[in-house]
Amino acid sequence: MTKMRLVVIGNGMAGIRTLEELCKLAPDLYDITVFGAEPYPNYNRILLSPVLAGEQTVDEIILNPLQWYQEHHITLHLGVAVTRIDRVRRVVIAENGLQTPYDRLLIATGSTPFILPIPGHTLPGVISYRDIRDTEQMIAAAKRYTHAVVIGGGLLGLEAANGLKLRGMQVTVVHLAGWLLERQLDPVAAGLLQQSLESRGLHFRLSCQTRALLPNERQDRVAQVLLDDGTSLDAELVVMAAGIRPNTALAESAGLACQRGILVSDTLQSYDPRIYAVGECANHRGVAYGLVAPLFEQAKVCANHLARMGIGRYTGSVTSTKLKVTGIDLFSAGSFMGGEGTDEITLSDPSGGVYKKLVIKDDQLVGACLYGDTADGTWYFKLLREGRSVGALRDTLMFGESNVGDVGHEGHDKAMRMADSDEVCGCNGISKGQIVQAITEQGLFTLEEVRKCTKASGSCGSCTGLVEQILMNTLGSDYSETPAKKALCGCTDHTHEEVRQMIRKHHLLSQHDVRQFMEWRTLNGCASCRPALNYYLTSTWPHEAKDDPQSRLINERAHANIQKNGTYSVVPRMWGGITNPAELRRIADVAEKFHVPTLKITGGQRIDLLGINKQDLPAVWKALDMPSGHAYGKSLRTVKTCVGSEHCRFGTQSSMRMGVALEQLLFGMYSPHKVKLAVSGCPRNCAEAGIKDVGVIGVDSGWEIYVAGNGGIKTEVAQFLCKVKTDQEVKEYTGAFLQLYREEGWYLERTVHYVDRVGVEHVRARVVADETGRAALFQRLLYALKDAPDPWKDETAAVDWRQFESVPLEPRPLEEQS
Amino acid sequence: MTGKPSTDWIHVLNLEDVPVLGARVVEGAAIGSVAVFRTEDDQVFALRDHCPHRGGPLSQGLVFGHRVSCPLHGWQIDLESGKAQAPDVGCARKLSLQLEGNQIFLYKPQLDGNVP
Ligand code: SRM
Ligand SMILES: Cc1cc2nc3c(=O)[nH]c(=O)nc-3n(C[C@H](O)[C@H](O)[C@H](O)COP(=O)(O)OP(=O)(O)OC[C@H]3O[C@@H](n4cnc5c(N)ncnc54)[C@H](O)[C@@H]3O)c2cc1C
Ligand code: SF4
Ligand code: FES
Repeated sequence: MTKMRLVVIGNGMAGIRTLEELCKLAPDLYDITVFGAEPYPNYNRILLSPVLAGEQTVDEIILNPLQWYQEHHITLHLGVAVTRIDRVRRVVIAENGLQTPYDRLLIATGSTPFILPIPGHTLPGVISYRDIRDTEQMIAAAKRYTHAVVIGGGLLGLEAANGLKLRGMQVTVVHLAGWLLERQLDPVAAGLLQQSLESRGLHFRLSCQTRALLPNERQDRVAQVLLDDGTSLDAELVVMAAGIRPNTALAESAGLACQRGILVSDTLQSYDPRIYAVGECANHRGVAYGLVAPLFEQAKVCANHLARMGIGRYTGSVTSTKLKVTGIDLFSAGSFMGGEGTDEITLSDPSGGVYKKLVIKDDQLVGACLYGDTADGTWYFKLLREGRSVGALRDTLMFGESNVGDVGHEGHDKAMRMADSDEVCGCNGISKGQIVQAITEQGLFTLEEVRKCTKASGSCGSCTGLVEQILMNTLGSDYSETPAKKALCGCTDHTHEEVRQMIRKHHLLSQHDVRQFMEWRTLNGCASCRPALNYYLTSTWPHEAKDDPQSRLINERAHANIQKNGTYSVVPRMWGGITNPAELRRIADVAEKFHVPTLKITGGQRIDLLGINKQDLPAVWKALDMPSGHAYGKSLRTVKTCVGSEHCRFGTQSSMRMGVALEQLLFGMYSPHKVKLAVSGCPRNCAEAGIKDVGVIGVDSGWEIYVAGNGGIKTEVAQFLCKVKTDQEVKEYTGAFLQLYREEGWYLERTVHYVDRVGVEHVRARVVADETGRAALFQRLLYALKDAPDPWKDETAAVDWRQFESVPLEPRPLEEQS
Repeated sequence: MTGKPSTDWIHVLNLEDVPVLGARVVEGAAIGSVAVFRTEDDQVFALRDHCPHRGGPLSQGLVFGHRVSCPLHGWQIDLESGKAQAPDVGCARKLSLQLEGNQIFLYKPQLDGNVP
């Protein structure tokens, strides 16, 4: 069978990114031909600014060398522009006459710089700033001439001006608006920026229009820029950076609907369904993006449809900006100008060169504008994209991530200040230098790519913020591009939330149904989505959806914790940390009988038998005759207690009784992640209830309940939920909170992260304020936990017992057959 | 496969002994434990039960597609070749296996370490 033919017009960032994605998904589907008007293989256009500034070379910014095209059997026509698309015959015609037929066509022609149509605009020495050729012309001009004028004080103009200045020219920026970067900064921040650039020797003419460009005496090059106010500036080089226009001439001449860009649908298809468009030349829902991150999101969706997977929609992007001028830190995102219905929080320290403005609307961060100290830019951007409720953070929001305890490694919260040798990822031992190297040498743009390539932030994830900062500092803009919508895993584009909703709405009862209904890309999922789906199904439809042991990771499948040498540990449950001589004796006997190498008191007030062979597990469980401690599960772990009023001279409440009651109530509860409780008998809080998923503290008049604490990777103090009087109330409020978490939490999201995401107000509203709602939540929990089996004992638990039998290597009798 | 396996092939398990999307461990071979995997399409694969990363027991991993994810640190091992998926580099020893009807055979000389 002959392959389908895909032709790509435009060898730039969006077009080739789409091909990269396509080659990952369906490497053999198409015969691919690429036309590129520029004589270079695909390069990183945004790094032209460091090239101009003399910080990088052209060779260093090549993303895909010619060899890449060969390896992927892509026919590449370099330096050849396409001049016509014949949609009837389905061929593209290039300027050299070459005719190439297509079955699918991808237009990725980018933008053309806007050249002000003023007198003199065609003079030699007047250029735009778009490609390698422009950059080389600027570098050459800087060697010969002295005066440059940049028209346009936007990102591109300022980067051009900075580069030319560094190359020794005298540079003036002429800008129409009243302040620099008016689309990225408010006037205050722009003022600080201007000061800082002036101190580097740049000159500015703001609120100023250019009337004409005047030639030199020999009439062979530009010599002066004449301004509206009658003054003029010397200029042997004029760089027009007054904006860009989607490059749609070709598409328009082919009769495709265009309107400030080629009009495309959510699948990136133009009005001719065989023709796709991505990148700056496309207009999606009224927006033609001019930054790389959104283009990459488009590329992903487009590739998916080209690969005939037919899933995934592009629904637009939120973008952020950063100026790539070394030594100047500014960041802005969202509606940073504020306006009706918004609140602004500002911090201004002009002499220190720091200015921050956060714009808040309805409890959500909707805009940020930072100057001078942008270390928290990525964090604000994340809050903004996720639309997380920031009500509870409001008081400390301005002081950044490190002040809300949201960082990973103490002391290392500022990526910029780190030395190359500093360790970023403690789990995998990856240093900042290694990450920077991987980003620059392998052309990485996203967090996912850095994870894949270096493993940094791929394990416990606590350094994710740092890695994002390093990406941003290395590349200039926000490439972390974690879209507002984050897919559950590589098998699907759907989010955790969407999957949960579909399972509920359509009463889906098996993984197979979910994968089919939601168009999974893989037959039976992967190690990330299978455990998640299994949890979502069984928690949404208890007693209906069947637990699937093969979709549980080893600990939950074997009901014990695997150790580094392949043996297992066994932690029997000791209700509330309380034991008795008979139990202790049995544990001792088991330890002797099975030669348990290590007996240890855990941090959860119980005893761990470590180093047991898998085949012995069932016998060990039987001999212990104690309930499973679920020390291996995304489930109820321990309820830690202090001695309380029975013995303690300060005790006001019976914490042991309360603790045991809670642990028995919640026995066998599976949840998005593990759940730990503690009950203390008085506010001295010897059970450390302040860092538990649910912490209960006895006071004279009753109990205080705290939720969403965490003592693990990032220590987080639990938040006060409410105060109640009776034991029964403690059970009901605790149960209702945990059921809410079970229903709304995403798989592997601890309570602290769940509450962070939905806001503690939401939890209070559902669990404290709404009495009927609370009772209903509690009832649903009780229903789910009804007859919860003990996997160590009960037949009804879904345990595949074959796993504990080893198969000896003895020839079985061969059934004689001829 | 057609024809009866020679005596060099040892019958270790029947297909139904291995859980779908799961594995069983065959013990006692000179080269160490052997993991026998079964995929959803009822194909069976054998690998030495030893992850190229730090020796994790692959038999205890989660099987999906034609891959297993190691139980210790999640390296993904291709069942057909034993190779780790990029960016990880390494290879678990792939062992010959024959499925005759529902009977699973392993190759004795290989288990003894006499052939690679
Ligand atoms: C046995 C124990 C250490 C000990 O000897 O004391 C332990 C052992 C493990 N912990 Fe822990 N944790 C133990 C108490 C804790 C505590 C303290 C506590 O529970 O009071 C914490 C901090 C409290 C908390 O969770 O908020 C703790 C925070 C973690 C974390 C980080 C969780 C987080 O959200 O930040 C992990 C990693 C994870 O779960 O993803 C972890 C993971 C693990 C695992 C299960 C790693 C694994 O997946 O194999 C360890 C198993 C070791 C092994 O070889 O068997 N362990 N772990 C403790 C068992 C308590 C029990 O009786 O069940
Ligand atoms: C100096 C500079 C700095 C930048 N800095 C940043 C930044 O910090 N952050 C950020 O996010 N973005 C930045 N950008 C913007 C970013 O580079 C663009 O958004 C991105 O390159 C657009 O990708 P694209 O594929 O749509 O277009 P392009 O990368 O421009 O690719 C289009 C290609 O198509 C070719 N072409 C056009 N017509 C034809 C034809 N008829 N036949 C054949 N080939 C054709 C063009 O020659 C070009 O090579 C910067 C841009 C510049 C110029
Ligand atoms: S802190 Fe927990 S996960 Fe880390 S080594 Fe100790 S027991 Fe293992
Ligand atoms: S031992 Fe297999 S991933 Fe580490």
